[in-house]
Amino acid sequence: MATEAITHTNHGDYLVDPPGLKSWLTTVDHKRIGLMYMWSVVFFMIVGGLFALLLRLELLTPKKTIVSAELYNQLFTLHGAIMTFLVIIPAIPGSLGNFALPLLLGAKDVAFPRLNLASLYIYWTGALMAVATLVIGGADTGWTFYTPYSTTTGGGVTLIVLAAFVLGFSSILTGVNFIATVHKLRAPGMGWFEVPLFCWGMYSTALIQILATPVLAITLLLIVMERVLSVGIFDPALGGDPVLFQHFFWFYSHPAVYIMILPAMAVISEVIPTFSKKTIFGYKAIAFSSVAIALLGFLVWAHHMFVAGMSLFAGAIFSFLTFFIAIPSAIKVFNWIATMWRGSITLGTPMIYAINFLLLFTIGGLTGLFLAALSTDVHLHDTYFVVAHFHYVMAGSNLIALLAGIHYWWPKMFGRFYNEAMGKIAAALVFIGFNATFLPQFLLGSRGMPRRYYNYLEQFQTLHVFSTVGSWVLAIGLFLALANLLASFRNKKEAPANPWGGRTLEWETSSPPTTHNFEGQPVLKHGPYDYRPEPAPVGAPEPTHH
Amino acid sequence: MSQQFDAAKIGMWLFLVTEVLMFGGLFIGYGIMHAKHPAAFQAAHHHLDRILGSVNTIVLLVSSFTMVLAVWAAQTSRLKALITNLWLTFGLAGVFLVIKYFEYSHKFHEGLLPGRFYSHMGDTVPGQFLFFSFYFMMTGLHGIHVVIGMVAILLLLRRAYKGHFSASYFGPVEITGLYWHLVDLIWIYLFPLMYLVS
Repeated sequence: MATEAITHTNHGDYLVDPPGLKSWLTTVDHKRIGLMYMWSVVFFMIVGGLFALLLRLELLTPKKTIVSAELYNQLFTLHGAIMTFLVIIPAIPGSLGNFALPLLLGAKDVAFPRLNLASLYIYWTGALMAVATLVIGGADTGWTFYTPYSTTTGGGVTLIVLAAFVLGFSSILTGVNFIATVHKLRAPGMGWFEVPLFCWGMYSTALIQILATPVLAITLLLIVMERVLSVGIFDPALGGDPVLFQHFFWFYSHPAVYIMILPAMAVISEVIPTFSKKTIFGYKAIAFSSVAIALLGFLVWAHHMFVAGMSLFAGAIFSFLTFFIAIPSAIKVFNWIATMWRGSITLGTPMIYAINFLLLFTIGGLTGLFLAALSTDVHLHDTYFVVAHFHYVMAGSNLIALLAGIHYWWPKMFGRFYNEAMGKIAAALVFIGFNATFLPQFLLGSRGMPRRYYNYLEQFQTLHVFSTVGSWVLAIGLFLALANLLASFRNKKEAPANPWGGRTLEWETSSPPTTHNFEGQPVLKHGPYDYRPEPAPVGAPEPTHH
Repeated sequence: MSQQFDAAKIGMWLFLVTEVLMFGGLFIGYGIMHAKHPAAFQAAHHHLDRILGSVNTIVLLVSSFTMVLAVWAAQTSRLKALITNLWLTFGLAGVFLVIKYFEYSHKFHEGLLPGRFYSHMGDTVPGQFLFFSFYFMMTGLHGIHVVIGMVAILLLLRRAYKGHFSASYFGPVEITGLYWHLVDLIWIYLFPLMYLVS
């Protein structure tokens, strides 16, 4: 089986055909664009991660450790802004979505290939603007840019706000592209309920990107206008309303949380059935819960503002709706676990990450309920409990799923295997490091440690030290994972077309695929998760050992 | 080809959704500020010229009609009618901007400017600058869309002269038409909101 695949891997391989840097920079190939997104995201994850390590190091002692209070404010602002707008939001759709979505659908490319390249360049433009902010004086508002502070403080707030505005456009273009692709470019024979769940997840994400991002765009423009013209809309001194900013901001930024989590769920929905060799349990439930999350996500924004001076009645409604959105998330978790039940599970590196995801996402999701409840939120609002909660959801789920997906599709991307043992060690370190960093923060928060503080009471130091040491373990784990992936470039291109025995269409083409993805138009012969023992269709690879 | 056209149409509709939501943010902001300061908004809107506003509304409505004629001409392979109607649409968009220019320069002259630049004398009701903040942001953003539409129409014209469009290929004309109708539609909402406050 493996030898058969090798024979045609070097023919028209998209990585080298056509060759040269210029052909990469002007490519409209979704796979190349996906890879360029991936490396950009990895680069900014390292930048944002270094900021995080500095922040944690500063918090090692209750008073000043290494940086000044002003620099500390800038660090957490840039850590948040970079990780949110440059890493987590584009991470999975930009890299894995671009790479895998057309392959999973059996398409040659996305619906608008040139628009896709444009979105990458817009992303790079926004990234440059964000980096330039560092040079012209930084920003100290926190990534949420709350008014009136953000409209009155100095530094490079205008530039970083415009950077987020530009990045929003990139996100919208990706969303438009994915929706049109799923509607129009499915392989013949692929009805809506034969679409792999990854694509359902990407589709739901794209819906949010299209419906929410424009509101963020106008909100950010209003901040710029407020800074440049003092238009008055958010400034109470001029008759405006700063709480209105919070409504506008969270109307985007809460759905943005689902822009972050839905792609993660999309990846997990592919990894788990492949490594359990079992049909996914509750296909329709998972597909529709993605759409439900996308739509319900628009009705819960004000749960970020329970203490911002809302009426109790409005608060109660938003609290109820927030509890409600836990249901589709729980549906997914139960379905994934049911898929694994009695499956023939192989614990490959992607699967280890997927299981990590299940654990971390469950912790992140359940702690969200404490914050959804009005009476507990009043105590936990703006404490480390919130910090820990959203890191479990945003980093613990999105980034872990990104790692799962990169390890899952790596042989497809480059035709090479990474070292499996090292991959697992790295995954274990990431898991241990992540929990060591953020579990103590739940305790800190519930004991009253406020977020974003530079100094803290001495009684909190033990837990802070624990968390800081955890961040080192996490960093080592992530570094090992990256080094292990990069080391695979020394291996031969010997990955077969279908190394994990998956049933979706991307495994039917060579690893790496040719520039046009498939030889001819692939036709769907079986469902995406069809692991029934009946004789496999002619030409389908046999499942690997188990 | 038809698959591509369908995809492009989906793409344009989705883009229009994002446009509606973007303007929606401003409309909501306007609504809330209006509710907070009804007297100031009432007083401020008297500075706008209803006649010029109405003329502009009619100009844009007619331009939407000529755009429809252009799309129809493309679909029925009548190249000359296509070019004529595209030029008419372009011209009407230009008329809209010229009228807007006169309105703007009049406001500039009287100091009816947004935010901190507001310097109009003799106001009896305070806080009128808030109205003009929204007036300039919303009509300004709309004006930018008009300019983008004019550029798109020029690009269509260039291809129309080269004979690119016919009954078998008219996608770009149709999706530009969709965009132009949205620009028109936004103005239809802006006009009563700004000029006819009561």
